[in-house]
Amino acid sequence: MSYIPIKRPKFSLLDRIYVVELVKGLGITMRHLILSLLGKSRSKKDFNGAGIGACMPFPEQRWDAHLPSYYRGAPTLVRGEDGRERCVSCQLCEFICPARAIRVVPGTVDPNSPTPKQEKAPAEFEIDMLRCIYCGMCQEVCPEQAIFLSKEYLITLTDRNQALRHKEQLYQLGGTRKGLINKWNPYK
Amino acid sequence: MECFWTWCCDVLRNPTWFYLLTTVAKLVLVFAVILAFVVLSVWIERRVAGWIQDRPGPNRAGLPLFLLKPFGSKKAQPLSGLLHFFGCPPDGCIARLCRWLRLDREIPTFGLMQPCLDGGKLFLKQEITPSYVRKFYFILAPMLVLGPPLVAAAVVPFASEVSTPFGNISMCVANLNIGLLWVFAVSGLSVYGLTLAGWSSNSKYPFLGGLRATAQLISYEVAMGLSVIPLLMVFGTLNLQDIVHTQATDGWTLLPFWGQGLTLQRWVLWIPMALSFLMFATCIFAEANRTPFDMAECETDLVGGYHTEYSSMKFASFFMGEYAAMVIGSAMVVTLFLGGWSIGFGADEALAAWNEWVAVLCQFVMFLLKLLAFIFFFVWVRWTLPRFRWDQVMKLCWLVFVELAVFNIILTAAILYFVK
Ligand code: SF4
Ligand code: SF4
Repeated sequence: MSYIPIKRPKFSLLDRIYVVELVKGLGITMRHLILSLLGKSRSKKDFNGAGIGACMPFPEQRWDAHLPSYYRGAPTLVRGEDGRERCVSCQLCEFICPARAIRVVPGTVDPNSPTPKQEKAPAEFEIDMLRCIYCGMCQEVCPEQAIFLSKEYLITLTDRNQALRHKEQLYQLGGTRKGLINKWNPYK
Repeated sequence: MECFWTWCCDVLRNPTWFYLLTTVAKLVLVFAVILAFVVLSVWIERRVAGWIQDRPGPNRAGLPLFLLKPFGSKKAQPLSGLLHFFGCPPDGCIARLCRWLRLDREIPTFGLMQPCLDGGKLFLKQEITPSYVRKFYFILAPMLVLGPPLVAAAVVPFASEVSTPFGNISMCVANLNIGLLWVFAVSGLSVYGLTLAGWSSNSKYPFLGGLRATAQLISYEVAMGLSVIPLLMVFGTLNLQDIVHTQATDGWTLLPFWGQGLTLQRWVLWIPMALSFLMFATCIFAEANRTPFDMAECETDLVGGYHTEYSSMKFASFFMGEYAAMVIGSAMVVTLFLGGWSIGFGADEALAAWNEWVAVLCQFVMFLLKLLAFIFFFVWVRWTLPRFRWDQVMKLCWLVFVELAVFNIILTAAILYFVK
C-alpha cells in the first residue's frame, strides 16, 4: 500500500456537542490574557520581555545580546588574517542569489601582489539591501569563505541610494576573519 | 432671555416639534455611540488579541506632547515645567503619580489612538478601482454593508423613559412594536452588500466569497429567527422596549433572580432560554461574519474574500460595517437575554422613583457596560476558536440549529402550558 490510512480519533458525544471543549478553550485563552496582563507570561525571561506579555519592547530593549550565533543579518565581505581580500570574484554568489541582490564586476589582480595566482578580484561589488532577503545562499556558495552574513538587522534607510552597499562599505562591515586560506600561496 | 425661554417652551409644547427634536437628539446620540463603539471594538479586538497571544498589542500610538512644544513649552520634558508652574516639588507624590501615568512622555491613550490613526491612514491611501469591475454595484456594495447595522440600531432601547413637562421620552430612537422584526429585516439587507461586492468585483476569489456569504447569511437567518421564538412566546411582544421593561421588573432572561423570576415556571423555562441564548449568540457570530464563521473572507482559501478588490475608504467601510454589525449583534443579545439597560435586582424602579434622569443615566451606562462585556466575549471567542470548515458551518445550521430551535419552541410551549 502506498499510503498509510490515518486513524481518525473517535469523538464521544460530549466532544461532539462541543460546548464543553469550547469552554475549556476559552479558559486557556483567558489564562493567557490574565497572565500577560499581570506580566507573568510563560517564557517571558527567555524573550527578555518587559511589561505586558512576553514581548521585548523593541527600540528601548534590543536583541543584540541575545542573537544566536547562526543569526542571519546583512551580508558582508571579509578580509583574511593577512589582510587579503578573500573574494576572487568568481561570481557564484551573484548567480545563486535568489533575489538578485548582488552585482560583481570582476577585475584583475596586480601581478606584484603577494598572491598573483589569484588572477581575479572584484573591481566592484554591490549588494542591494532593498533586494536582499537574508537567505544566506551567498555565504553557503562562496568557495573562498569571502562573504558572510553579519548580525546587523536594523537597517533603516532614508534614501534608496543608501541601500546600495559598495565594496569598501562591505569590507568595512565585514572586517577580518581568523583562519588562513593558503591556496593562493605562490610557493605552494 | 425670558422671551427666548418662553419661545423654547412653546416649541417643545407642540407635540410634533417635541417629537422631532427629541428624536433628532436621540439619533445623534445613538449614531455617536455606535461609531465610538466601532472604534472601541477595533481597539478591544487588537488589544485582547495581543494579550491572549502574550503580546502587549498596539500600545504605542498616542498623543505626543512634543507637538505642543510650539505652544509655549520649550523644555524637552513638558512635565517638569508644568510641575514647576504649579509649585509642585519635582519628586513629590504628585510628580511620581504623573510619572507613573507616563505623563512625562505623552498623553497616555493606551493605544486608543490606533484605530483613529488606522482610519486616517485608510482615508489617505490610494483609491484603486480595478478597470474590470461593475462600477455602480462596486460602489454601492460598501454602503450596503455599512448602512443596515446603523439603521437597525434605531430600535435598540438604551435606557427607560423619562417624563418631562412636555411629554414622555422613550430612550430608543424608534419605539416600534415590531422592533425585533425590524432588526432582522434590516440586518438581513447586509447580505446584499456582500453578494454585490463579490459579484461586481468580477474576479474569482471575491466571487467565491460572495457566494459563501450569501449561503451562510441566508441559512443563519433562518436559524436565528427560529431561535428567538421561545423568547417571544415568553414575553408576548416584539417591542424591544417592552421586553427590556419586563426583564427589569421580572428578572433577566438568563438571570431570573427577582420579581416573578423566582417562580417555578421561570426556573424551568431557564433551560429553553439558555438553549435559545446559545443558538442566538452563535447565529449572531455567523451573521456578523466573525471567526469561527468568517467563511466569506477566509484568507486561507479566499485571499480576502468578497473585499479582495477593495482598497482605501471602500475597504474601510467594509471593515467598519463588520464591526458595526458586531456592535448591533451584541446589543441584540444584551437586549434579549441580558436585560438590556436594566440594572437588575429591582434597582431600576428604586432609582426611577428617586430621580428619573439619574435612573436613565445609570441605565445608559449599564447598557454600555454590558455591550462592552459582550463585545469582549465576541473577541475572546474569535481568538480562541479556529475557523470551521464550510460544510461544518452549513451542517451546524441546517442539521443542528434548525432542528434544535423547533424542538426548543415545542419545549417552551409545553413548559408554558404544563408548569404553572
Ligand atoms: S564573494 Fe565568494 S562567491 Fe561571491 S564572487 Fe567573491 S569569491 Fe565568488
Ligand atoms: S543573503 Fe541571499 S539574498 Fe542576500 S545577498 Fe546573499 S544570496 Fe542574495
